[in-house]
Amino acid sequence: MRTVSLTIDGQKVTVSEDAKVLWAALDNGIYIPSLCSLRDRLEPAASCRLCFVEIEGYTRPVTACTEPVKEGMVVNTRGADALRLARTGFELLMASHPVDCAHCAANGVCELQTIARHLRVKLKAKRFKKLLRELPIDSSSLELVYDPNKCVLCGRCVWICRERLGIGVLGFAHRGFRRVVTTFGDAPLGESGCTGCGECARACPTGALTMKDHQDGLNKNRELAAAP
Amino acid sequence: MTAAQRQTVASAFEQLKNHASSEWKGLWESGRPVITVGAATCGRAAGALEVLQAFRDEVKRQNVDCPVIEVGCMGHCYSEPDVTIFKPGYPPICYGNANPVIAERLVKEFVLGDDPCLEFVLAATEPNDLVPSFADFPRSQYEKKIVLKNCGQIDPEQIEHYIANGGYAALAKALQTRPEGIVDELKRSGLRGRGGAGFPTGQKWEICRNAKGRPKHVICNADEGDPGAFMDRAILESDPHSVLEGMIIAAYAVGARHGHIYVRAEYPLAVERARTAIRQAQKLNLLGKNILGSDFSFDVRIFQGSGAFVCGEETALIESLEGKAGLPYHRPPFPATHGLNGKPTVIDNVKTLASVRHIIENGAEWFASIGTAGSKGTAVFALAGKVVNTGLAEVPMGTTLRQVIFDVGSGIPNGKRFKAVQIGGPSGGCLPESALDLPIDFDSLTEAGAMMGSGGMIVLDEDDCMVEIARYFLEFTQRESCGKCTFCRLGTRQMLEVLGGFTRGEGSIEDLDMLMELARDIKGGSLCALGRTAPNPVLTTLRHFRDEYEAHILEGRCPALMCTELITFYILPDKCERSCDACVGTCTVEAISPNKKRIKVIDQDKCVKCGTCLVACPPQYNAVIKVSPPSEVPTAEKQAVER
Repeated sequence: MRTVSLTIDGQKVTVSEDAKVLWAALDNGIYIPSLCSLRDRLEPAASCRLCFVEIEGYTRPVTACTEPVKEGMVVNTRGADALRLARTGFELLMASHPVDCAHCAANGVCELQTIARHLRVKLKAKRFKKLLRELPIDSSSLELVYDPNKCVLCGRCVWICRERLGIGVLGFAHRGFRRVVTTFGDAPLGESGCTGCGECARACPTGALTMKDHQDGLNKNRELAAAP
Repeated sequence: MTAAQRQTVASAFEQLKNHASSEWKGLWESGRPVITVGAATCGRAAGALEVLQAFRDEVKRQNVDCPVIEVGCMGHCYSEPDVTIFKPGYPPICYGNANPVIAERLVKEFVLGDDPCLEFVLAATEPNDLVPSFADFPRSQYEKKIVLKNCGQIDPEQIEHYIANGGYAALAKALQTRPEGIVDELKRSGLRGRGGAGFPTGQKWEICRNAKGRPKHVICNADEGDPGAFMDRAILESDPHSVLEGMIIAAYAVGARHGHIYVRAEYPLAVERARTAIRQAQKLNLLGKNILGSDFSFDVRIFQGSGAFVCGEETALIESLEGKAGLPYHRPPFPATHGLNGKPTVIDNVKTLASVRHIIENGAEWFASIGTAGSKGTAVFALAGKVVNTGLAEVPMGTTLRQVIFDVGSGIPNGKRFKAVQIGGPSGGCLPESALDLPIDFDSLTEAGAMMGSGGMIVLDEDDCMVEIARYFLEFTQRESCGKCTFCRLGTRQMLEVLGGFTRGEGSIEDLDMLMELARDIKGGSLCALGRTAPNPVLTTLRHFRDEYEAHILEGRCPALMCTELITFYILPDKCERSCDACVGTCTVEAISPNKKRIKVIDQDKCVKCGTCLVACPPQYNAVIKVSPPSEVPTAEKQAVER
């Protein structure tokens, strides 16, 4: 396997030549916020729009998850333009996310909390209007609870259920603001053919999909580092 | 290709051409009159099919030898249904706003008799001494029909008509040259994609030609979705073979095996005409295996899209063609290298493909001589909105907006004042009067904050509120957003919330800054072109019409009197006629009643602002007016109602 060397935030890193900038950074301890990326998903969704970085010679910030590494590339994850885009994107997500961390099973391991700290943005940012969807919570499954209101539509669960596990219970429905992760015909999870394996909950960056045995004030039991 | 093969192609085409020419001549040179009825969707909506039937019935009843044929759109949509009568001894005369009664009279008095019924004439299609012709219209000075050449002139369901008018000659010529030569010709012509972005077509073809992977595909993007745009539909309905020929030439140039026309299912006539065209071309071996005896094979199928605006974006279109949900994906890789099923794919707009045959036939130099330095050829516009001559217009690139709107379109109806022109649909922007002398091309429009887009041009007058227009277009993109990426799904929604507030007089001046910032980030952060261009209508109106935004926010006033929340209907007491009750009877909610002097007064608490009273009030009184802000209405009148 051939490798290339590049500089990220002044740090010289050597990675596989077919890596993307996002993974080159994450593997070397440099954090870039991201919700939709999965290591084994070779065609990135590029839908969360948080992993913006600046690269020398480029006129505008690009998403790190889609950018292939190149020899001698100089990446800056903390450029003003990149952070501005990431902050706006994140604030938009938070404006449509019910912030109730104290009663959320993901409290403490929630990716949104990590990103807020990294970007120095308040979870309850005031810039945008709060636009919630108020969808019913689905607790029909024996193993899982699905709260679509907390979902950031990163699509990790959908991809894992369909592509990695070949089950395909979860999918996207509707368009625009009404886009939602759901099952075929909107069937409750408990009647959808869901095997209850919990891989989706493990990959979910927020508290949208959680395991039932972790609901009672316990944190979501996930190995965060291994999750993506 | 060997000389023998070239000979085969040439003679195969010669045969087709001779047959088509003799059919075409048989139609015209028999000394009998011919009637053509423009029956594309625009004509049909105005009743062209009834007119067509009326002509056929009357011709049969009178027992005259006079073929009545259906043609496509002539571009004069303001006067549909359009009928042209070709009678020997007379110039071809076009009649506008025809109806079955006029049709009967025309057959009796003009086809049978000698009275050309001048009262119904729109214009003659050729200069003559009898009636004014289109050449006498100011628009003829600016129009240059290349892509629209055949539209309204031939029967789109007769391949012979197309071939007799020079059709498929470019294909025969192309098949006798090397594919590299075609790509080179396209590159030298300077043709840029007419779908909106303006990417050089020749370059796209070259990338696809050099890309590895088989089989390659050619896709015709006919997923026209901009509100107020109808160019692609009109071309597919009026001259489908020109698009098909462009596709075949493209396929030959890049080495593609399969072709797809992605057309919206809302265009049933376009679908039907394209389908007929494909069947006819297959029958004459212009499609299928070994086209015209060459070793090149290519076939085309039609895919009907379900009408999602985002599917006009090429990556979403490919997903949709593959049977998945039409969501865009990240580029690169571009479709030219990794397109349909991961194979190299050329995606071109209808107008781009329809231009190809003319370039091959007349040469790259001819095409490059038309237009401006950076944008060659002509631009096809669909003129809509507050303009006298709505319809299709084709002008050379570099024509100014003023010439298109005021000369080709004959200006604003009802003596109103021009306010702005919206170009490029939801991705484009609104340009004010100061931009009217801007020469239209890809780069000048982008510089001005608008976009060529696919060619929709909506003219707005003083009665149009720019805040409401911006809100309308944003609502459209918001509704059509696929919802995949954060900025487009949530960002445009936030913008819409703020704009909706403005039209109700809510919000603050600081919101304008927030709107600008958010718009800039949506442009920079969205995944596909839909999101990247969605803020354009807002940004351009903010740039050119900031005073209107400020009036809404600071004064609660809508200067154009359009935003219902900010206006009140009011009856001027000194204009109201005591003996007239027109408004009282029409008011849907019984909000109008006469006072003691029998002057009518609107109860503002009951009024739902439907505007019926404004229409009902007889023009000699014109007593009903709109007032903004509502507080302007004299309070004394409100008290009168209470008493």
